[in-house]
Amino acid sequence: MKSFIFAFKQAIPVFFPYLFIGIAFGVLMDEAGYSAGWSFLSGVFIYAGSMQIVLVSLLTAGASLGTIALMTFFVNARHIFYGIAFIDQFRKMGRRYPYMVLTLTDEVYSILCSIDYPDDVDIRKTDFFITLMLHLVWILSCVAGALFGQLLPYDLAGIEFSATAFFITVCMNQWEAMDFHLPAITGLTCALVFYFILGASQFILPALTVSVLVLMMMKSRSNNQKKPDMIKLETTLTRQVEEISHEY
Amino acid sequence: MSINWIDTVEALTVVALVTIFTRSLPFLFFGGKKELPDTVRYLGTVLPAAIMIILVVFCLRNICLVAYPFGLPELLSVATVILVHRIKKNVFLSIIAGTGLYMVLTRTLFMIAS
Repeated sequence: MKSFIFAFKQAIPVFFPYLFIGIAFGVLMDEAGYSAGWSFLSGVFIYAGSMQIVLVSLLTAGASLGTIALMTFFVNARHIFYGIAFIDQFRKMGRRYPYMVLTLTDEVYSILCSIDYPDDVDIRKTDFFITLMLHLVWILSCVAGALFGQLLPYDLAGIEFSATAFFITVCMNQWEAMDFHLPAITGLTCALVFYFILGASQFILPALTVSVLVLMMMKSRSNNQKKPDMIKLETTLTRQVEEISHEY
Repeated sequence: MSINWIDTVEALTVVALVTIFTRSLPFLFFGGKKELPDTVRYLGTVLPAAIMIILVVFCLRNICLVAYPFGLPELLSVATVILVHRIKKNVFLSIIAGTGLYMVLTRTLFMIAS
C-alpha cells in the first residue's frame, strides 16, 4: 500500500499532459469519423502520444502500410535509447518484464529515471504501479476525448506545456543528483547544434546518436587516462614486493 | 463517413508493432545476457541526463524564434519553471507555475488568432 501511494504521487505530474494529449487525440479521431472503440484500441496497444496524433492524419490520408511503418519508426525511434538504462531493473520483474518494456513512454521514462525511492517502498511494485496507472489514465483520456471531447466547456489549450515543465524539473533534479554534468551538457549541445542545422522535425535522432557516441568516447578516454596510472601503480607495487621478498 | 475496418485494423497493427519494436530493441539486444557489457552499464548511468535535456528541446522544437511571438511565451515559462524549481524544489509547484504562466501568456499578451 505504501508503494502504491508513493507511486501515485510520482505519477501525478504526468496526469495533466496525458489527459490533455489523450483527449486531443480522441477528439481528432472522433472528428475523422472513428468511433471511441478505435481510440480505446490505440490507447491500449500503441500508447505513444505524438505517434497516435500522427496516425489520425495517416488514416485520413489513406497512407500505405509501408509509409505508416516508416513514419512510426522515425517518430518513435527515440524510444530505442530509453531502455538502455532499465535493462537490469526491468528484467528482474518476472511476469511484468514485457509489460514494463512495452509501456516505456517519454513520460514514464522521465519519472523512472528521476525517482528517489524511500527505504520502505518496494521498487519493483512502485515501477509497475506507476506504469499501469499512467497507461490507464492514457486509455481513459483517449476514450473520453472521443466520447465527450466536443462537449468540454473549457479551453484546455496550453496545458500540454505541463509535460515540458515536468521534463525540466527532471533535468534539474538529475543535475543536482550527479557529480559530473558532462552528459547533460553533451545532450544540450547536440540537441541545439542539430536543431539549428537540421530543423525541428529531424534533429532528435542525430542528437541522440551523437550524444551516445560522444559519451562512449568520454568513457574510453577516461579509461585510457587511467591506464598509465595503473601501470605506474603496478610497477611500484611489484618493486615493493620484490624489495620485501629480498629483505627476507 | 464510413470506415474501412480492415484498413484501420492493419494501420493500427503496424503502428503498434513498430512502436513495440522501438521500445524492445535494447532489451532484445542486451536483456538476455547474464552480465551487461560495461559500456551498456556505463551508458545506462550517463545517458538519461543527456536524453532528458534533448527531450526538453524536443518539446520546444516548434517555437519560432524569428517571427512573432519569438517563442517568448515558451521561453518565459521555461525560465519560470527553472526559477521556481531552484527556489522551492517542488515539482508540482514548478509545473503549475510554468504551465499557468504559459496558458495566461498565450491567452493575453501573446494571443495567437486562430
